[in-house]
Amino acid sequence: MNQKRTFFSILAILALSGIVIAVLRHFATGIPFLPGQEQSVWLVEARIDFEADGGPVTANLGLPDAQVPGFEVYEEQAASPGYGFAILTDNGNRRAEWTKRNAEGEQSLYYKAQLVETNNDNTGVTDPPVAGEELPAYWDAAQELAAKEVLDLAREKSSSPESLTRELVALLNSPGSQNAALLGSNSNDQADLLMLLLNRADIATRSVMGLYLEDARRRQTLTPMVEIYTGEEWVLVNPVSGEFGVPANLLLWHRGGVSVLDVTGGRQSRVHFSMIRQTVPALQLAQVKNSESVFTRLGVQHLPIEEQSMFKLLLLLPLGAAVVVFMRVIIGLKTSGTFMPVLIALAFLQTSLVTGLISFVLVVAAGLGLRSYLSRLNLLLVSRIATLIVLVVFMISAFSIIGYQLGYSTGMTITFFPMIIIAWTIERMSILWEEDGPSEVLRQGGGSLLVAVFAYLLMQTPIFVHLTFNFPELNLVLLAAILAMGQYTGYKLSELRRFRSMEDL
Amino acid sequence: MASAWVSVGHLKKFGMLGMNCRNVDFINRYNDRKLFPLVDNKLKTKLLAQEYDVPTPALKFVVREQHEISHIERELAGLESFALKPAKGSGGKGILVIIGRKGDQFIRSSGALMDILDIRRHMSNILAGLYSLGGTSDVAIVEDLIAFDDCFDGYSYEGVPDIRIIVFRGYPVMAMLRLATAASDGKANLHQGAVGVGLSLDTGRCLNAAQFGRPIKLHPDTGRPLSDIKIAGWRDILMLSSQCYDMTGLGYIGTDIVLDKVAGPQLLELNARPGLAIQITNGRGLLPRLRHIENMTVNRRFRTEHRVDYVMRQFAEVDSSAQSSA
Repeated sequence: MNQKRTFFSILAILALSGIVIAVLRHFATGIPFLPGQEQSVWLVEARIDFEADGGPVTANLGLPDAQVPGFEVYEEQAASPGYGFAILTDNGNRRAEWTKRNAEGEQSLYYKAQLVETNNDNTGVTDPPVAGEELPAYWDAAQELAAKEVLDLAREKSSSPESLTRELVALLNSPGSQNAALLGSNSNDQADLLMLLLNRADIATRSVMGLYLEDARRRQTLTPMVEIYTGEEWVLVNPVSGEFGVPANLLLWHRGGVSVLDVTGGRQSRVHFSMIRQTVPALQLAQVKNSESVFTRLGVQHLPIEEQSMFKLLLLLPLGAAVVVFMRVIIGLKTSGTFMPVLIALAFLQTSLVTGLISFVLVVAAGLGLRSYLSRLNLLLVSRIATLIVLVVFMISAFSIIGYQLGYSTGMTITFFPMIIIAWTIERMSILWEEDGPSEVLRQGGGSLLVAVFAYLLMQTPIFVHLTFNFPELNLVLLAAILAMGQYTGYKLSELRRFRSMEDL
Repeated sequence: MASAWVSVGHLKKFGMLGMNCRNVDFINRYNDRKLFPLVDNKLKTKLLAQEYDVPTPALKFVVREQHEISHIERELAGLESFALKPAKGSGGKGILVIIGRKGDQFIRSSGALMDILDIRRHMSNILAGLYSLGGTSDVAIVEDLIAFDDCFDGYSYEGVPDIRIIVFRGYPVMAMLRLATAASDGKANLHQGAVGVGLSLDTGRCLNAAQFGRPIKLHPDTGRPLSDIKIAGWRDILMLSSQCYDMTGLGYIGTDIVLDKVAGPQLLELNARPGLAIQITNGRGLLPRLRHIENMTVNRRFRTEHRVDYVMRQFAEVDSSAQSSA
């Protein structure tokens, strides 16, 4: 009894550790538990064009932070032939820098980033503003007066930095306002003007360059936005509409007073953006995002693609084995050759079910026919099986070629069948035929095929393929189940039929 | 008539032993793996039986090498009748029974004639492993033919009837008589269609009979009522089966015993993985008896006769006698 308890606690530990590791892996790498979960990814490309003067060139572009509200950069690269490229961090801002000793004529530099939509609302820098950073305003007396009037008007109608800002935007937008027209006359855009006015009202501001993401747009430019400090946090304001907060499709590309693009050694520099939206399986994202995580290193995804596909099959084997154990121990199906059905199921994975079934039955039936002749030759066992292997190879080649000539390229996949296993199966079935008759052959052959089809159906279910491959530790749960079934002493389903005459007693 | 399925509760009530339970709780637990060859190899069983004075058909000679076959007629010279068997065969496969001679020809039990070349080919097949489990190479045994007892006349079609007794830790727990039929092709294998007759442990009387898992009353070929069967010298047969435990050390075995007209009960072979059909023929499950023996404090001084007396008393049929004779 005690021994049994130890056994089952080991099973529980096995199963539990499998699940715990899987959950840990899920949280560490973001690999989803369900296959086919998709996340939208924005591919944003910044293109810098300028005319080089013929000497050394340094181009410097502000970049979005790794995490900005609503988005996360997970991959970035620069494509600019002949240029040295580096990503620098300057005052907490990331900047890309291209350098070249000698450049002349039109130059195009590219920066590409792939951004994932996330639901973080991390606004980045939350530190309170540094005092004494007042923007210089080059206003004449009339403009000064207009600014004062506008501010007074807005202040009267407001109670907080936010409401003041809202009122200011409304005043600047009012169509008939002379003051607004006057102030706007020498300001580049409304964002600058709003910042100047807010600074007059002792509200700290920051300029932000945002990029509106719309699918398949080209030659987009950054939109100037303003961040105001409410006394507790920075809030983004749209200087034209007066709306607060970060819109869902706005990517905060650049922040702070420094210019977005700096080119030395060139003229007429400009930057514009193109973007497309893609839906990429979450799994693919997780793979790229976490190439440094321990779980990734211990995962199969780190292997070369070719080995991965082999592992994909290998890691499905435990599932097939569990199916066989279940079918034999709990259901009580008879199969010819214990794990032959799993190998057949693996072959079905390559050939697809119907093709696989037809070709398997064809090969085995033809093999049985040939084997009945072999049995008359009175051969020793080893050479008989060797002969069968040769015959199976011939048959499979023949079926493939005939299938191909008839225009079924699927005939080729027949070669995925494990030939030696098939030869053994034929041998066993033929002995069975001679000793127990064709009905037993049909019973065991049918049982094998049934188990194989069942194993195949499970092994090709996307969720199991996904789980066994991405969470190999879940095979521990299967192992626990197999071990538990190894201790099952109850009746098989088939025995409920076998012992049916007991019902009458 | 019988319904297609039986409920788990019903099987539990009858204490039916299932395949999984047999393997995990009895074979794995009481049968030491290293002792298996003693029963899987008939030659080893036979030598062991001779060592322990367990009666068994006398071994005439063994053919181990292919070259011995070429002059095998010299060995066969003095034998009028004999049985040729593969040592590692299972389920009665590859057994050749010669009941007499006609000139140079050998007469098989079926009446067919064979010449020495056929015998040679059969031996060669045995050595190549044609009949052995897994096709491993084997040896051929030639032994005395059983002159089987007349008491089964009219009960068996062609083949030799044998008595299968399950012996658990030296205690016989269940017995049945296996009768060959036309359907079983003269073989006493239940799954091939032989009739199984459950025998009461105390008297060796018929309890119940079944063919293909279904109850029957008459022998399908001879039409004789099976309920009349009562084995004479029952205690000796139980003694013989019980001895097989001391001989092999295997806790859970099936012993196959045949009755010789002259020499009495003879051990034919042992099986370390005895089948479950014996329960159907007895109309009762093995589990209650097995658990009873399992939970008994084993008296090491208990000898074979003590054990046999114990089961004859303990597992005596009380009420079902009325049922079966009805």
